[in-house]
Amino acid sequence: MSVAPKKTTNFSSDQEVRWCPGCGDFAILAQMKKILPLLNIEPENIVFISGIGCSSRFPYYLETYGMHGIHGRAPAIATGLKRVRPDLQVWVVTGDGDGLSIGASQLIHAMRRNVDIKILLFNNRIYGLTKGQFSPTSPPGLITSSTPKGTAHQPLYPLALALASNATFVARSIDTNAKHLSNILKRAAEHRGTAFVEIYQNCHIYNDGAFDFAKNADIRDEHTVELIDGKPLIFGKEKNKAIQLNGTSLEIVPLNEKTKRDNLLIHNEECSSPAVAHLLADMQYPNMPEVIGVLRAINAPTHNDRMPDERLPADTRVQKLKQFFNAGETWEIS
Amino acid sequence: MQQRKKVKTQSKIDENPNSVIIRFSGDSGDGVQLAGSQVALTSALMGNDIATFPDFPAEIRAPKGTLAGVSGFQLHFASHQVFTPGDSVDVLVAMNPAALKTNLSYVKPQGTIIVDTDAFDDKGLRLAKYENNPLKDDSLDSFQVIEVPITSLTRESVAEAGISHKEATRCRNFFAMGLIYWLYDRDIEATLRYINSKFKEDIARADTLAFNAGWSFGETTESFARNYTVNAASLQKGTYRNITGNEALAFGMVTAAHLSNKELFYGAYPITPASDILHRLSRFNHLGVRTFQAEDEIAAICAAIGASFGGSMGTTGSSGPGIALKTEALGYAVMLELPLIVINVQRGGPSTGLPTKVEQTDLFQAVMGRNGEAPMPVLAASSPSDCFDTIIEAWRLAARFMTPVMVLSDAFTANGAEPWLIPDIDNIEPIPISHPEDKKDGKPFLPYERNDVLSRPWAIPGTTGLTHRIGGIEKQDGTGNISYDPHNHELMVNFRAQKVANIQETIPETEIYGEKSGDLLLVSWGGTKGTCLEAVKQAQSENKSVSHLHLRHINPMPGDLKEHLKNFHHVLVAELNSGQLRQLLRAEFLVDARGLNKVRGQPFWIRDVKAKIDSVLEGKE
Repeated sequence: MSVAPKKTTNFSSDQEVRWCPGCGDFAILAQMKKILPLLNIEPENIVFISGIGCSSRFPYYLETYGMHGIHGRAPAIATGLKRVRPDLQVWVVTGDGDGLSIGASQLIHAMRRNVDIKILLFNNRIYGLTKGQFSPTSPPGLITSSTPKGTAHQPLYPLALALASNATFVARSIDTNAKHLSNILKRAAEHRGTAFVEIYQNCHIYNDGAFDFAKNADIRDEHTVELIDGKPLIFGKEKNKAIQLNGTSLEIVPLNEKTKRDNLLIHNEECSSPAVAHLLADMQYPNMPEVIGVLRAINAPTHNDRMPDERLPADTRVQKLKQFFNAGETWEIS
Repeated sequence: MQQRKKVKTQSKIDENPNSVIIRFSGDSGDGVQLAGSQVALTSALMGNDIATFPDFPAEIRAPKGTLAGVSGFQLHFASHQVFTPGDSVDVLVAMNPAALKTNLSYVKPQGTIIVDTDAFDDKGLRLAKYENNPLKDDSLDSFQVIEVPITSLTRESVAEAGISHKEATRCRNFFAMGLIYWLYDRDIEATLRYINSKFKEDIARADTLAFNAGWSFGETTESFARNYTVNAASLQKGTYRNITGNEALAFGMVTAAHLSNKELFYGAYPITPASDILHRLSRFNHLGVRTFQAEDEIAAICAAIGASFGGSMGTTGSSGPGIALKTEALGYAVMLELPLIVINVQRGGPSTGLPTKVEQTDLFQAVMGRNGEAPMPVLAASSPSDCFDTIIEAWRLAARFMTPVMVLSDAFTANGAEPWLIPDIDNIEPIPISHPEDKKDGKPFLPYERNDVLSRPWAIPGTTGLTHRIGGIEKQDGTGNISYDPHNHELMVNFRAQKVANIQETIPETEIYGEKSGDLLLVSWGGTKGTCLEAVKQAQSENKSVSHLHLRHINPMPGDLKEHLKNFHHVLVAELNSGQLRQLLRAEFLVDARGLNKVRGQPFWIRDVKAKIDSVLEGKE
């Protein structure tokens, strides 16, 4: 049964959006409002759950059910909700601090269980709401309010973590790349199982320009490569570079008449092994272009699929309960 | 087998005693828990009232023969109602020297000690740090010591079963049980049934042989002059079974879900002594129960909160350290005003503390342990079977008042067993829950609009026209929107406090055991009820003006409590902590309450409570 697409306005709550002017979160919210009406799901059957941080105010701005959680725990709240309400579409909105630092455990365990939820990780490589400390994804050496001489910590790579956690859908997009982002959000919504989407999101107050290499129209084509299922990884303003597998590493090769097309890496989202996806996740600026798109999308039983469901009809349960009460040794006092 | 000549057996023990207390003790792997629980079950089936007290170390298998590895199981059966596993024991079964050394202080003067002499070799004595063999000096002269080479007799008796030497040795708990069954005229049938249903064929055969051999040994050995019988107790009519506190919590939750027409979700992370609740519930999937073993305590409660948001009966359970981890989420649940049950099976603390031992040291944590002003109802179960009723009441309150409710049990109550009068589910009052229905008038839904008891509506996802957002940030009255308004914040703080205070209206009149005024009121809460009641009974039998008041409702407290406290010259608060309830009573009611306190990881003994009562009455303190 299909439902008429909803107008975008149906999904805007009456709350004033309170991110800093120019925040990348606005762009993500706009794309979300654009794709939600396309899903043919009534607003009352959608739930947004978030943690703590700038990104986690997201649920307040959508006219769906929503829970603004506690720091890092949105995936756990979502897991409980989805377990008892498989009929709902459940989204988790988190950030690099919320999801990868305080809530890293909740994030990886939701993914490895393949709970049927959609996790959006807004990665701005900084703590915004607490005023500019380094985050688990900040590059080494970043000067922040808590690291006057630069952070000495090695960063975590969200896509690599998601792959290592066996997430069944792993993708990356960019806040201002509207067309790409809306497509990825829609694909995440349609995936059955945990969908993990890293979104490069600019915090222009505390870490402005962190993703210039991927956003600046002058240079982004040289430093990003869009993944298209079944196609080679071709990039560059002139579409003159490609990626190929050499031994166990990926390398950049020029694309011209002499290029042996058969040697190029052909992207396969559905590859049962995550090995190549790991190589893609490991491509880092400035040595390599960074991938955007879907790294992995496989079918696997969800958490609810794997859980036993031997439930008896409600009216026979009470009989069974009485049997349990009386199981084992009983005796009468008369 | 030798009977100590110095002691005259027959004159020391009542041949038809009203009650008997036995403690089995041995290595963690000696099967003493099994032995004790079988004697308890058999006694219950014979119509005795019973109470049990498993007392075991945190280590699953501590080094064999050492003092650290001693596990004990105490049981009390009687021809009258019993409320505790008993203070000191009539019979101690010590499977090795370490068990004797650890448990000797529990044996009554002139009590019986059955020892496995095979275990009292040089190595066994050395591991137990005995310089001299206590069986060969005069240190046990005030007891009746019955020396039985249990290990070698067991091996001989099971020879025909054709099992390994090691397996044969492991049957010795059944030999010891057989001896006890003969001594106290216990019916062997239930245990034979148990053996045959539990073990594979050759082991079952060996266990049966050892069990019968122990029984026959008692019968044929001249030194045991006779056995003793304990008549059936007169209990309320009905069908009974034995139940532990943790089983009763699991049954109670499933029942509460049924009564409220809800599906039960239980999120948990393994922790002693609460894990059995998870184990039990995980077998109830067909009853609509979803259990979730989470990655940690925080995820366990957060998943339960998510389930409650979805319209299920969200529950979680743990022990003190786990509750500490859940603290932030508890405050979150207070703010969300969603129903939730949180069980704390208390153990010795702080930190890891004494994981398998009993304390009541988490009362402050339950009542006050959250940031901000986050009031939460707290109920405490008084016995294994009372866990069933307490958790049902907890859900009744959680659903009606839209609040998380903390239920306190403890290691003693969780693992101890007593007969449970199996209730007729059809006769338990239903728990009505209503959710607001689809709304299509286009008017905004008010998720924080309050009813007569200040509860907000439980609107669940999937309902048309009720989309709303909740969260831990302060809410605007009515709309639930984020609000930093100072007056609104104070209003909401007061609403949350008054809502929990309103629960007082649902608390029935407080029962007083004894006169409603007098010299001394003994106040207790939680799992110490039985012990305190026994002590008060003893005092009353000496015509002392002593009454007993037991609290289930810790927050809010009953409305008539203040009056009761004022009607006694002395108020004595007995608790297994340094005086937490006493502090609350003093603060709340300006009453000069005194304390009887014990923080040793052990329950109260009746004699301690009685001695304190006497001491206060005599003006010694």
